Amino acid sequence: MSEITIRQSIQKGLAEALDADPNVFIMGEDIGDYGGAYAITSGFLEKYGPERIKDTPISEAAFIGAGIGSAAAGLKPIIELMSISFSLVAFDQIVNMAANIRYMSGGQINVPMVIRAPTGAGMQLGATHSQSFETWLCEVPGLKVVAPSNPSDALGLIRSSINDPNPVIYAESAGLYGLKGDVSDKYYEVQIGKANIKINGDDITLVSYGHGMPMLEQVAEELDSRGVSCEVIDLRSLSPMDYETVNKSVQKTGRALLLDTSRKTGGVMAELAASVQESSGDYLDGPLLRVGSEDVPWPYNRKLEQHAMASVPKILKQIEIGYSL
Amino acid sequence: MEKKEYLDLYKKMYLIRRFEESCGENYSKGFIRGFLHLYIGEEAIAAGSIAPLREDDYIVTHYRDHGHAIARGLETGPLMAELFGKKTGVSGGKGGSMHLFDASKNFMGGHAIVGAQIPLAAGFALASQYQKKDSVTVVYFGDGATNQGTFHETMNLASVWKLPILFFLENNFYGMGTSVDKIRNNGKSFGNLSENYGMPGTVVDGMDVLAVKETTEEAIKKIRSGSGPAFIEATTFRYQGHSMADPAKYRTDKELDEWKEKDPLINFRKHLLGQAIVTESDIDKVSKSADNELNEAVKFATESPEPDLDDIKNDIYA
Repeated sequence: MSEITIRQSIQKGLAEALDADPNVFIMGEDIGDYGGAYAITSGFLEKYGPERIKDTPISEAAFIGAGIGSAAAGLKPIIELMSISFSLVAFDQIVNMAANIRYMSGGQINVPMVIRAPTGAGMQLGATHSQSFETWLCEVPGLKVVAPSNPSDALGLIRSSINDPNPVIYAESAGLYGLKGDVSDKYYEVQIGKANIKINGDDITLVSYGHGMPMLEQVAEELDSRGVSCEVIDLRSLSPMDYETVNKSVQKTGRALLLDTSRKTGGVMAELAASVQESSGDYLDGPLLRVGSEDVPWPYNRKLEQHAMASVPKILKQIEIGYSL
Repeated sequence: MEKKEYLDLYKKMYLIRRFEESCGENYSKGFIRGFLHLYIGEEAIAAGSIAPLREDDYIVTHYRDHGHAIARGLETGPLMAELFGKKTGVSGGKGGSMHLFDASKNFMGGHAIVGAQIPLAAGFALASQYQKKDSVTVVYFGDGATNQGTFHETMNLASVWKLPILFFLENNFYGMGTSVDKIRNNGKSFGNLSENYGMPGTVVDGMDVLAVKETTEEAIKKIRSGSGPAFIEATTFRYQGHSMADPAKYRTDKELDEWKEKDPLINFRKHLLGQAIVTESDIDKVSKSADNELNEAVKFATESPEPDLDDIKNDIYA
């Protein structure tokens, strides 16, 4: 075991892939000389050279499109988006090309490509830089979407994402890069599509992903002190989603709170809630609860931004209203 | 050029035209649905520019893609079957007219969002460069695509990375129903578009198959030798509307008739006969052979089965 940060986990996974496979290369804005906006690829240019660590023009559609073509031709591109908000500029390439090309070619063309992108609010970056578009990308068949919440999963998921023969969106919680945790020194991968039961419990199921997880752990601790046993589930993979693990848990506990750190409307948990209701409705002892961020453009002002975000007190309050716990 | 090469070029153009005419008929009969964009009038571009390519070169094109597919040597049976939505189609009936693919021939689509295929194509060129192969990518797009950001972004990316790619503009002077006069402030020529990107650009008569072939050959040769990307504008005209749904009321009969004077097929035939390169009987022979191939293609498409309902969830993920 080693204790490392999420940032170091991602760096480790990327370096391993570059070392192991000459077809792996990284491209994106400011990933070379600058070392990456969040310093993920710091030192990579010196080590791997400009052919494999490619600084791109600020042309998201062009370099993501080029990534797709290169993947279709047999390379393994890993693309860094400076923010998942910038995916909007390249949405046509991500959705119409990366996701659809296999299907509309009758299975002739694969796109083994990873797009890494920081996601989430909380750093006072205002409306354009704080969004969580992994939620939109989950709707698109042909893409896979993962979002780690800790160093161990970050490493296991970057490995499985790079090894996956499909386009994978790897959403990195921008606020969690410095989060430390234990990581096994033995090689492992985290299977895409498999949720993790972080804490076992009997009274209520709490589900989130990414930077929702530290909040749920606090909530579980607080409820535990009141004698309420929480089962805490980290989705890790948003598409495909592990409905089975969540349903099993809800059928055991009879209660659930689903937490989105994105805006509540149309979030990942809206989909999960509907599915859980369909499959496990009979087991529920009360309403299926959902907390998300406010349905507003992200404000710059710190007080307003914090007010817009989901929070531990908001979650506890919702559970109290819903289940009197 | 050998006589056979001339005849091959003629046959390709003739086959494309007959194929497109047949598509129009089968659309009217209801066997082909969705959007159908015919290439009639533009045959010299696909035939002339694809003839010089090697098997390991990549082709990426737009939604008016039947001509490029046939010129690349995709079989007309599976092509027609794709348009009929059949399981035996080149894309298993899942793509349709605008999304033709044959990865075994490096024919990488058939793309239906205007300009979206241009960055994709740069990726194939990037892969060739990365793997130190000397294959070239040719990407086709229309005049309408030159106003998309993806076009300019990719022109820049390709020139700054010296990618082995040929940007091939098929200028038919109308983006759907909008004349280029309305969307381009310095008149009709796009030939200087590449200058700002430090890329060589050539304008060629897209109704003249030999001129297209020669111009493309020169460009490909330079690109293959490592000189970076190039740009060709071929001027042409589509005889039909934008798609089968378009009666083309935005242009005059006179304009169409003037272009028909330059018909690539008729004029190439005249040239071949006039220069005594081939005989009438040679022309008849290749025409008949193409007619037969097309009849077989329609028969194949008609008799092929539809996809199984279970196929709906196949081919989404590898």
